[in-house]
This record gives sequence, C-alpha cells and structure tokens, in this order.
Amino acid sequence: MAQKINVSPLTRIEGHLKIEVEIDKGKIVDARCAGEMFRGWEIILKGRHPLDAQQITQRICGVCPTSHGQASTRALDDAFGITPPDNGRILRNLILGADYIQSHILHFYHLAALDYVDITAILNYQGNCPKLNKVKSWAQAEAGSGRSNALSPFMPRYKGDYIEDQELNIAAISHYLEALELRKKAHEALTLFAGKTPHAVAVLPGGVTEKPTVDKITAYLSYIKELSSFVEKKYIPDVIAVAKGYPQYFGIGKGPGNFLSYGTFDENNEGTEFFLTRGVVIKGSYQEFDKMKINEYVGFSKYKSESGLHPWDEKTEPDLEKEKSYSFIKAPRYEDAVMEVGPLARTVVAYMSGKNGAVKSMIDDTCSSLGIKVSDLFSVLGRHAARALECKRVAERCLEWAMEIKPGEPVHTPFTIPGEAKGVGFAEAPRGAVSHWIKIDGQVIDLYQVVAPTTWNCSPRDDKGQLGALEQALVGTPVADVENPIEPARVVRSFDP
Amino acid sequence: MKLTRRKFLQLCAGSAAAYGMSSVLTPEVVQALKQKAGNQPVIWLAGQGCTGCSVSLLNAGRPDITETLLDIINLDYHETVMASAGELSIGILEKAIADRAGDYILMIEGSIPTAHDGHFCYVGEKDGKPITMLEAVRTMGEKAKAVVALGSCASWGNIPAAPPNPTGAKPASEILPDATLINIPGCPPHPDWTIGTVAHVLLFGVPHLDSLKRPTMFFGPHKIIHDNCERRQYFDKGQFAKDFSDEGCMYELGCKGPIAHCDIATRGWLGGINWCVRSGGGCIGCTEPSHPGNTGDGLYEKLPAAQVPGLPGINVKANTIGIALGAATAAGIVGHALGRAAGKGAREGKEG
Repeated sequence: MAQKINVSPLTRIEGHLKIEVEIDKGKIVDARCAGEMFRGWEIILKGRHPLDAQQITQRICGVCPTSHGQASTRALDDAFGITPPDNGRILRNLILGADYIQSHILHFYHLAALDYVDITAILNYQGNCPKLNKVKSWAQAEAGSGRSNALSPFMPRYKGDYIEDQELNIAAISHYLEALELRKKAHEALTLFAGKTPHAVAVLPGGVTEKPTVDKITAYLSYIKELSSFVEKKYIPDVIAVAKGYPQYFGIGKGPGNFLSYGTFDENNEGTEFFLTRGVVIKGSYQEFDKMKINEYVGFSKYKSESGLHPWDEKTEPDLEKEKSYSFIKAPRYEDAVMEVGPLARTVVAYMSGKNGAVKSMIDDTCSSLGIKVSDLFSVLGRHAARALECKRVAERCLEWAMEIKPGEPVHTPFTIPGEAKGVGFAEAPRGAVSHWIKIDGQVIDLYQVVAPTTWNCSPRDDKGQLGALEQALVGTPVADVENPIEPARVVRSFDP
Repeated sequence: MKLTRRKFLQLCAGSAAAYGMSSVLTPEVVQALKQKAGNQPVIWLAGQGCTGCSVSLLNAGRPDITETLLDIINLDYHETVMASAGELSIGILEKAIADRAGDYILMIEGSIPTAHDGHFCYVGEKDGKPITMLEAVRTMGEKAKAVVALGSCASWGNIPAAPPNPTGAKPASEILPDATLINIPGCPPHPDWTIGTVAHVLLFGVPHLDSLKRPTMFFGPHKIIHDNCERRQYFDKGQFAKDFSDEGCMYELGCKGPIAHCDIATRGWLGGINWCVRSGGGCIGCTEPSHPGNTGDGLYEKLPAAQVPGLPGINVKANTIGIALGAATAAGIVGHALGRAAGKGAREGKEG
C-alpha cells in the first residue's frame, strides 16, 4: 500500500521548502513540492522608484543576490534604453563570475556533500594535518560530552548509504574545510568590484560604479587563479569520486527533460551574445528563445490572481485559503512545457545549440571517461557534474575578461528615469534562469515581476496538472527506508534550490 | 594577560587598524571564551529572510567560520547548514526546550509574518501539522537565555515590512517584548558585529545597547558613517559627485551616510577590501529602522536635510548643505580642539 511522507523543513537549500511524496513498492509514485514562505516583493515594489529595484530584489536570495541584481539592472537598462560600455559589461561579468564560483563550491561541499560523506570518519583520523586533528579533537569531545545534540550541526542525520572509504571521507572533510575558506576568497574577489557582498552596491543601470585599477585587477586574477586550481584539482575530482561511488544516481532524478537557459555573461555590449548559451531544448530539439512564450500558472499556487498570464501582465495577490493550492511558488511554463533550469540546462542548451564546440567536446569527453551516455546526465549526478564543469569554464573565462579591462575608461552609461517604459532583464543565476519584468509609469514602478530559478524548478502543478520539474524528478526515485528518506533529499539538493 | 571588557571593546573598535585585518576575536579572546563559556548552544531560526545574514557570517575573518563552529558555539539548529531534515530537525528544537531551556541563544534571521496567524511562513512541520515562524519564535524565544535579532529584517522588519507590508511582517522585538534581546541590524550585518556581540554576551553579559537595542560598540552615535567616511573631506569642501563613480561626496546622489549608524566606513567588507561609499555605490542606510523607506522615498533620493553632528539646531537644506555644513563642521572641529586643550591644561594643573 502506498505510504505518504513529508519532509519539512527540507534543509541545506536557500529558503523554506517542503516535499510530500507518495511511496509504493519502494519507489516514489507521486510528489508535491511546496514553497513555504511569502514576502510579497512584487507588491512592495509597486510605486517605488525604479532604481530601488536592483537593491531590493537582491534581497530575494542572499545566496545569489548578484544574479537578481544583474537581472534587475538589465531590466532597468532595457527600460531606460541604455547599454553599458566595455568596462561596465566586463566588470559585471567578473562580479557574476566570482559569485558563480562561490555558489557552486558552496553548493557541492556545504549543501550537498553531507548526503554522501560520512563526517564521523574524522573520529578515526590517523594523519598529521593540524586542522583535521583539531576537528578530530572537537568531534571526540562532542561525542563524549553526552549532550543531547552532540556533533551538531553534522549530527543527527538520516541513516543511509554514506561513503565507506575512510580515505575518501577524510579527503572530503578536508575539502569541506578548504572550500569554506575558498568560497570566502571568491566573495573577496567579488567585493573588489561590487563594493559589498551579499547585496552588492556597485552594480547600477548602465554598468557599475567601481573604477577598476591595476591593483584590483591583479588581486582579482590572483583570487581566481587560486579558485580555478581548487576547482580543477579538488572540486571536479571529488564530484567524479562521488559519481563512481553512487553510479545509480545517473539513473535517478531525471526531471522533465526540457531545458531553458536565458544565456548569461555578455560577450557584447548590446547583450545579444553570451558566454553561457541562450536557448531552449524541448523534447530533445533546440530552438531559439522567445521571451513572449513564458506564462505563469497559479492553479495550485496560493494566489487568487489570474492564471496563465505573461509576466508583463501578471498580478500577485496571495490567497491562503484557495482550494487545491499547496505552494507559494507559481508555475512558469515555456510554450506550456515544464522546463528545468540550472547548470545542467545551460550545458544541454549549449550542447544542443550546435554553436558551442567547447561545451560539446567537454561533455563528450566526460561521458566517455565515465562510461555513460549524454542522456544519463539528466540525473542527480549529471547536475553535480554539469555544475563542476561549468565552474571551471567560468573561472577560466574570468581570467581572460579581467585582462580586457581598460583602467581609466568609463564604467557606466549615464541614464535618466523615463516617465513611461517597460523592460525585461534576463540572467542566469548559478542555480538557473532568472528574469525580472518591469513597467514604469509616472517615473515609478507600476509593475514588477520576478521569475526566479526556483520558481521554474520547484514549481507546483500547473493548471493542466503537469508536475513541476523537481516533482517529476522525484517520481520514480527509490526510497529504501521511509524513516530516513535520504534519496529524495539527494534529488532535491541536486537542483540547488 | 586578563581580558578585560575595556580591552575587548578596544579590540572590537580598533582591530582593523591594530592588527591589519578585520577581526574581533584575537587568540586571547578565543582562549577566554573557551575557558569561560565552553561551546554556547545556538538555535538559529530563519523567517522571512534571504539567508544573506548567514552567508555574511560565512565570510567571517578571525575567527573564521570553522573556528566559530568548533571553538565558540554549538550550532545546534540552522536550516541551511545542518545535516538533518524534516522531523529529525524539528526534534532538535524539542530537545533544546527539554534539555537546554535557559541555556541556548536564539538567533533570528528574517522578519516574522503575523498576518493570517503567521501562515505566510512555515519553518517545518510536526505530525503533519505546519509550524509557523511566529509559533517557533514564541516557543523558542520563551526558553532562550538571550535572543539575537540578526540583520535588519529581524531587527526592524526591513523590506518585508515595507509598505504595504502584505504579510504583517514584524521584527523579533515585537514578538518577544519581554526577552533579553539584542538587535544587530545591517543588510546583511558584518560578521564581526555578529561574532563580537555574541562574544561579549558570553564573556561580559549583554553589551551596552542604545534605545533601539543595538550594541553601541558597533552602532553607537559616534559610528555614523558620514562622520567616519573617507570622502568626508569632499563634503566639508562642498565637492559633490554628480554621477555614480565620480569623485566627491555622494550626498547629492542620495547617500544615507549622514543617518546610518555602523562602523563599516572604517571596518570595510570582507576584511576591509571595499565598502559601500568607496565603491561608488553610496550608502543606502541598510542598518536603519527607516530602511527601505516609504513608497516614493527612493533609496537614492537625496536626504532632504541633514543635522550637523554635534551641533544641534543646524539643519541645512539640500542645495546649500555642502558649503554651509563645511563651515559649521570646521567650526565644530576648532571648538572641539579648544575644549580638549582646555581639559588637558586643567588636568595637568591639578596633577602638577
């Protein structure tokens, strides 16, 4: 007989998420994914000064404020009819690039890895590393303390099939600690040009405000080189080690198989060419992206506003009592199709576009060395692999962009606030496609809508009853022990919601 | 050497200059903490936040986040960090109430929605019944040793509470009016403010707070950004930036430095690498209860008038403010210097 279990809070993600899954014969047969918090950004922004949007919307997510800031400033660029100068464009790329590296490292080591790595391996550590020995002493003292929550925040945890290889666990714990230092260095690199993080102050419509100098460029290069080396020598090998230990996860967590990428990291000032490719893949075929094909449904979301509208026509009116509704997340669809967004989506779009030979050969090489098919990447492990490989590419490209900066030349284009205008800003957050839609009337915001990556990936059913991307990925997932549902948690975290 | 409260406050205030790094806790402070407190249990609840306060804490300098977790606190509950999930996590909260009542510090990140009985934010569920943030804050707050409202959302309500406040978002102090509560505002707060405040609580008790319950060692009246700004000389000379990234005081571009309380102008973000005004973006006043302001008062709208620090009653309109205030401030500095000279003379006289 089918059994229902809920996981709330679904931890080690940004925000408040719950999953409800129905399990029959050891497999998930139905899933619901619920966003559990509402703040009302779109309501709060109405009537405010347009410039406020890029500051306020960064506060949607403190893990990826940079991406919301980029999408928002691009929406304002669009509405104001301006484009950044070379320096402004490049500095925005460098800021976003540093945040990508920060976010991807943080996701793998600090959010996802505890589902695989056995942290208790440290109790048997025999080596000489002072840092690991310090952790060992702490763990021994904690384990012997008798207090009710000893070894927090690493225990308690679900019982499960953690890595058994002592050496691998120790390496992972060591890299967990190192990654804490390195993700901070990525934020230091970002702060050189963004002024502050989380929540940058130096990215504004028309470009950025920070004036790049040779010393800052040199510092940035030094940070990114160190990070790039960590990604190549530790992050990617660690992902491969997990993949080899858990090969079944190339077959778990498939998702809808449709992928959307808005493209990001501008390669020209007009914002029409991107380092990470823009495009759509539906049912295995690539197509060009059309911004008018996005609609948001609220049939199962806690809103009474009209369903199925384009973001430029939408309203956001919460209704907690609405029948059948179970989530504060709306259900965006592209041509009514359910889309996955994120590093895997960007990789698949680039691969299928036929325009990106570098990505194609990187993916083909990776698949052949792992002995898998490209379609096996539509999975938990595929998402981790795509993220790690993308991290390396972004770090390498950042090193090139930094050399293209021309100190002393303008960093932004002046702007005036129009009386009436509309605009849209697209960006790719580390966790996926983000778009901001604005209408300005009387020099203030008349409409503002945000379609965030987690809106795409963690959406509830749409009005046709199609399950959201994560809901689809959960269906079919085996669950060995309903008291310890570690497998669905791994599926959720592979999306980095 | 014994670590006194006075020494500790000096470290908090002057560490950047004294040690060439942005740090609160030198090894001696960590040692004192270990001897006195052991690891302090911390329960961290997130409401209508963005996790930015937590991410900022990850950017801690000295001690870094690893030292903080191993040497200073036991982070028993934190949704974004802990290994557990679901009811296993909720069990930690129950155990804290049962075993550690009056012993743990409750950190609150994010505002607390109160409309519709708090159903705009769930932190988890028990036996299939959702637990609202409102309920969790009340339950855990009642048994906490002290409550730290971390960040501007938990301190003041911040953006979720901005008009028209669609969810009835409230700060922690309004949900827990009787708690021993400290506000650490900022969007996000600097990690030194967070760790420094917690360390003070553990070593010497609750630090000196202003009327808004902010620790004066980081947010006091002498910490106004404008008073400590590296671009202050432009203001005094009446040289104003007309566009972002121009040299000059950013007052005309809407900088909120004159009303913002915090030491970021001297501390800087990420170990002092940069900060808001230096980067040309200006201050948006993210530490203040008035942030992000009412509809129509843009974050970049010029302050209508500014009080001259130390000279009450002088309130100059925007367009003339630079030159007028420059003169007034110069007068203030001369006056201050004279006063100090007089004091010195008097003391010398007495001692002599």
